[in-house]
Amino acid sequence: MNMMKTALFGTAMAVLTGTTALAGGHGCAVTEGRINIVGNEFPAIQSVAAAALACADGITAESNLTSEHQTINVAGMQGNPAEYTSAIIANSSIVALINEDVIRPLDDLVAEYGQDIPARQLITIDGKVMAVAFMANAQHLVYRKDVLEQIGMDVPTSYEEVLAAAEKIRAEGIMENPVGGAYAAGWNLAEEFVNMYLGAGGAFFEPGTPNVSINNAQGVAALEMMKALTEYMNPDFLTHDSNATSAEWEAGNVALMNMWGSRTGVLMDDEGSAMEVYSNTVAGGPLTVGDSGVPASTLWWDGWTVAKNISDEEAAATFQALAHATSPALLNDETMSQAVWLMDGFEPEPVNEGVLATVAAGANPYPMLPFMGLLHSALGDNLADYLQGNESAEQALADVEAAYTAAAKEQGYLQ
Amino acid sequence: MKHSTFFWFVLPSAILMLLFIALPIVSVVTQSVYAAHEQVVVTVENCGPFGCTQTTAIDQEATQALREAEPLGKYVGTDIYTDRNHLAFAEVGGAWREAEGLPDFGAALMNLPFYRAMAFTLTYTFIVTPLTIIAGFAIALVVNTVAQWLKGPTIFLSLLPMVVTPIVGGLALFWMVDARGILGGALQWLADDPTLSVKADTTLMWIMLMVYGVWHSAPFAFVVFYAGLQTVNQDTIEAAIIDGASRWERIRYVVIPHLVPLTTFVALIQLMDNFRVFEPLVSFQAQAHAQSLSYFIFSDLGGETRLLSSAAATSVLTIIGVAILLSPVLVRTYRDFTPRT
Repeated sequence: MNMMKTALFGTAMAVLTGTTALAGGHGCAVTEGRINIVGNEFPAIQSVAAAALACADGITAESNLTSEHQTINVAGMQGNPAEYTSAIIANSSIVALINEDVIRPLDDLVAEYGQDIPARQLITIDGKVMAVAFMANAQHLVYRKDVLEQIGMDVPTSYEEVLAAAEKIRAEGIMENPVGGAYAAGWNLAEEFVNMYLGAGGAFFEPGTPNVSINNAQGVAALEMMKALTEYMNPDFLTHDSNATSAEWEAGNVALMNMWGSRTGVLMDDEGSAMEVYSNTVAGGPLTVGDSGVPASTLWWDGWTVAKNISDEEAAATFQALAHATSPALLNDETMSQAVWLMDGFEPEPVNEGVLATVAAGANPYPMLPFMGLLHSALGDNLADYLQGNESAEQALADVEAAYTAAAKEQGYLQ
Repeated sequence: MKHSTFFWFVLPSAILMLLFIALPIVSVVTQSVYAAHEQVVVTVENCGPFGCTQTTAIDQEATQALREAEPLGKYVGTDIYTDRNHLAFAEVGGAWREAEGLPDFGAALMNLPFYRAMAFTLTYTFIVTPLTIIAGFAIALVVNTVAQWLKGPTIFLSLLPMVVTPIVGGLALFWMVDARGILGGALQWLADDPTLSVKADTTLMWIMLMVYGVWHSAPFAFVVFYAGLQTVNQDTIEAAIIDGASRWERIRYVVIPHLVPLTTFVALIQLMDNFRVFEPLVSFQAQAHAQSLSYFIFSDLGGETRLLSSAAATSVLTIIGVAILLSPVLVRTYRDFTPRT
C-alpha cells in the first residue's frame, strides 16, 4: 500500500517536472541471443510483448500470447534449452514455475541491466528477485450510475448493500437479474470464494502448514453471501465466466457486479454496448462482507520472468528487452489506460480507479503458496453443488477440504 | 498362409501397436503408482508491489537431491487409485457403515467425484448408444429410398453433424439453448415458464448433452448402415414382395437380420466413444452438472498445479471401464466367429 502511494507520488512528480520518458523503441537494441515470450492475452500484455519484440535487432524474437498460457508455460520451459525464454505470469501462476524450478533468479541481471527498475516492481522471494511486476489488478464493484440514481440509493460499499440495492432494482421492475458475477464453475467460482472468504476474515491454511482449514464460520458466511447474491443473478450463473459476465453487462442486463479492473476499460468504451450503458458505467471501490473491515477482494500483479534452462546471452537479451518494455518508455496515450501500471509516469484514468481504491483499502494479495493452486482447483470443483441447493454449506466445504487433502498428499505436501 | 509369411505380414503393424499403444499404456500405469516426493517447504519472505509477507516456498536444492535419487517419484502402489478423488475406498466404506438405508448411501456415493462421474457417463453411454443406432438406421432407410438425384445432397446434409468439430458443434448448440437463444426461447414458450433455463437445471442439461451426443454420432451409424443396405440381397427382397410382405415386414425379417453384424460394430465404437464423453462437457460449460472421467483428466492436467499421477490413475480407470463395457460385445463376436464343434 505504501509502495502504491509512492508510485502515485512518483507519478505526480514526473508530471510536475515534465520528465516524461522517451516514447518508442529507442535505446534498447538487443543484437545477440533470442527472445520468446509466452503469456496471457489482454491489451496490456499485448503492448508489453510488442514493445519487447521491437527491441530485437537481427535476432529471433517471438511471442505466444494465449489465454491457455498456463497449460503450456511449464512444459515450454522444462526442456533444455527451453522453448520460451520468458513467461509473463501473475502472482498465482508464478508459483507453478517456481515449484518446477524453471525460472532463474534475476539478481545479477538486475545489477547489470536493471538499475533503473524501482524496488516496488521487483518480486523477491527469500531475498532473490524472481520476477519483475509491471501492472496491478484486482476485482472491485462496477455499477450503473443511472440505475442507482433511479432507485435513489448510494453506491454500495458492502455486499449487504448490494443485496439491498438489487432487491430494490428488481422490485421497481428495472431489471430482473441486476447482479452480475463471474460464477462459472471452476477457476472463476473459486476466485469469487477466495475473495469472499478473505473478506469475511478467513485464513485458508493453519499458519505455516499446508493443512487446509476453511470449514468454519467464515467459510459458511462467505458461501451464504455468494448464494444470496446468486438469487439476483441470471439463472445460468454457473456457466458465466468473466467474458460472459461482461457481455451481460454490455447488453444492459446487469447494474452491479464485482469485476476485474483490467476489464473495466472494455465496459466503459463505446464498443459493444448502448450509450445508456457505457456512459453510466462506473468503476467503484472494493466491497466488504460482514464486519471484518477487510475488502472481499484480492490484489494481483502481472510480471515477467526469465527461464532457467537458456544460455546467458538469451537471458540477457530477454531481460533487456522486457526491462525496456516495462519501463516508462511504454506509456503513451494508447497504453496509459490499459492497466494500473507500476512504472513511474503512470497517470490513472477513471477506469483504473477501482483497482487503486482496492489497493488503498488494504485488500490482501492473492496467497503465493506452493499448494494454493490445489486448493483453488478443489474449490472450483466442489462449490457449485451448494449454490445449486444440492447440499449444505458445511458439506460443500468438507468436500473441498477432502479433495484438496487427497491432491496435496499426491503432490507430497501432506503425508 | 505359411507361418513365416504371416509373421512378416503383421510385423509392421505389431511394431506400431507396441510403440503407440502398448508402451504409452505401460508408461501411464507406471506413472499412476508413483506420486511426487515429499516436498521440502521452507518459510521465506516474499516482497512485491503490495508489500512483504511471510510465506512458504519449496526448497529447490533439497527437492533436487530427492528427485535425482528417485526420478520417478515416491512409489505409492495403489494409494492414488483408492484415494478420495478416485475410487475412494475409505469414504465408500465409511458411507456404507453410517448410511441409514440405501438412498442415504446413494446420496453419499454421489458426493464422491468418481461415482458421480460414473453415474453421468454410464447414463449417457446407455442412452446415447441405442438412440444413435436407431437414428442412424432410420436415416439410412430414408436416404436409401429418396430419388437418385436427391441422394447426394441428402447424404451430405446427414453427414454434417459429424463433419463439424465437436467443440464447435457443442458451442453452437450451447448458444442456441441459452435463455435468449432460439431453442431456449422456444422451450420457455412451450413450457410457458419465462424463467426456464437449460443451463441452470441438471436434468435439462443431461438431456441436452444426450441430444447433442445423438446428433453428433448418428451420421457415423448412418454411413455404416447405408453401406450395409447396399449389400442387401435384392432377390430375397423381391421374393418377400412376391410373398406379400409389407415394407415393415421386409425391414423386420430381411434387412435387420442382414445388418446385425454391423450393429455390433457400431455399438462397439459408440460404447467406447460415449464412455469417453468430453467435448460437450467443455462446450456446454457443464462441469457444475455433469462430469466424466475424461473431464477429470483434462482438469488434472490443466490446473495451475498439474496432477500427473492423478491423471494417470484416471486414464487407467478409463481403460478398465472401456474393457468392462466392451467385454459382452467382444465375447459375443468371438462366439459368432468360432466354429462350433
